[in-house]
Amino acid sequence: MRELRKIYGIWRRELIRFAREKSRIASSLAAPLLWLVVLGGGLQMVRIPVGGNYQSFLYPGIIGMTILFTSVFSGISVIWDREFGFLKEILVAPVARWSIVLGKAMGGATAALIQALILLPLAPLVGVELSLARLPLVIMLMVVIAIGLTSTGLLIASLMGSMEGFNLIMGFAIQPMFFLSGALFPLSGAPEWLRVISYINPFTYGVDALRWAVFAGFTTLVPVEAELVIVAGFAVAMVLACSYTFGRKK
Amino acid sequence: MTSGVVAIETRDLTKRYGSLVAVDQLNLSIGYGEVFGLLGPNGAGKTTTISMLCTIAMPSSGAASVNGFDIARQPDMVRRSIGIVFQDPSLDDRLTAWENLELHGCLYDMRRDDVRKRIGEVLELVGLSDRARSLVRTYSGGMKRRLELARGLMHWPRVLFLDEPTLGLDPQTREHIWQYIEGLVKRGDMTIVLTTHYMEEAERLSQRVAIIDHGRVQVVDTPANLKNSLHGDVITVQCTLPQILGEKLTALTGASNVRADGGLVRLNVIDGERFVPQVVELARQVGIAIDSISIHRPTLNDVFLHYTGRDMRSEDADSMHFARAWIRRTHR
Repeated sequence: MRELRKIYGIWRRELIRFAREKSRIASSLAAPLLWLVVLGGGLQMVRIPVGGNYQSFLYPGIIGMTILFTSVFSGISVIWDREFGFLKEILVAPVARWSIVLGKAMGGATAALIQALILLPLAPLVGVELSLARLPLVIMLMVVIAIGLTSTGLLIASLMGSMEGFNLIMGFAIQPMFFLSGALFPLSGAPEWLRVISYINPFTYGVDALRWAVFAGFTTLVPVEAELVIVAGFAVAMVLACSYTFGRKK
Repeated sequence: MTSGVVAIETRDLTKRYGSLVAVDQLNLSIGYGEVFGLLGPNGAGKTTTISMLCTIAMPSSGAASVNGFDIARQPDMVRRSIGIVFQDPSLDDRLTAWENLELHGCLYDMRRDDVRKRIGEVLELVGLSDRARSLVRTYSGGMKRRLELARGLMHWPRVLFLDEPTLGLDPQTREHIWQYIEGLVKRGDMTIVLTTHYMEEAERLSQRVAIIDHGRVQVVDTPANLKNSLHGDVITVQCTLPQILGEKLTALTGASNVRADGGLVRLNVIDGERFVPQVVELARQVGIAIDSISIHRPTLNDVFLHYTGRDMRSEDADSMHFARAWIRRTHR
């Protein structure tokens, strides 16, 4: 497969850049720790129907959050590539558009996965027993969620044009995606209007599936098979949509 | 695969952006091994033409082939055939030179051992071997340009596009880049298409030049022929009684377009240096005192002026380029 080599090249570049931004890695670990340790610790007394106490309930949600923000940011960063000209080098090369998108999406997903994996050793500290047998399932889910979200970032970037809209997108699309996903509280106890919005949010099913993967015997919002289909379908749809927008010529 | 001797051919190639016609029915034929210059002011349509030939932009109408492949129907084959040095920087400055070239090798599906060998070769060619492992962000502007040139050559392209290769560089660096390009030309079979708004650059590097203005080719020829088409050198004589000297000079064979005004006589001659003694002798005979004589050889600038009726304003382009570079730096 000729395209594999090209995807590999693009993926590798993303990782080299990620590894060189040590301050970004460090600072992006601060937020999950604050949520988990401070908010989770502070709300220790809250009784929750699943996962024992609130802190352990919160844990998969915060892993989801880390994946969400790292992935979307990685995807949107393609704007910098365009701004500083590097994107032209890729666009003029004999590389299929979907290879560019896959390479980028997998690069962003790998970065997100590394960030999320750093949180895994915290599991025992917040009262989560993560069995080694479930680990492959957790990781696979993380990868699929991250590919979908990185592609979302790529799609936003290709529609946005410049970095000026970045805060707008973060404030009005990505933050709501996080707060309305059931990452922070069980949706089963939420008011009707909030539940309805959350059910439209594809990220909700990613978080819910993560919880299902982490806690044995967790009851999902909808049958877990459906959630997995939604999560995977979302990733595929986003990759296809990006390939389309990247393929357009002026 | 490659047919005949024509590396690039365009037939009525046109690009419209709304009501603006950026490239207007362009017809060019460029042979293999030729160094071809596209000369014109900013906004003349040079970069748009290159973008279409590189398959980044789709033509609105007309057609073109590069290395025998149709740009609209076989873009992938065109892309494999070409190397490009863009007008604006397109390196990843968070990677090292080596990593940039390695990625390029991946994108062009080069064999792994070839990539390693070739990176050494092209870095050697542009004199960057000792900085291969440095981050590109530590490079100077000239070094970045050289690295882009090296990258454009990585995959042995048949056709190399250089879009304003020395824009915004200082004279010394420009001289270096020119030497590297001349080195490439000497090696032989690569076709080079060069866009520039620097006359001296077009003149020094190109075998043929197309003068482009308002998206149209005004004229195509060798730099020497273009200059000769302006009927030789211009001699300017500052003297007493210019009218009388002018009348006498008109009678001399070889002089044409003699005009006198404001203490000056101007005339066109084919070989200025050999003609000057005759002017001096004639003035002595009629007792006219000459203050100074200057010979102006026509430059491509004069050619451009002649065919477009406009002067090339290179300063504008330069200040724009610097402004853009500045914005890029400060918004990082």
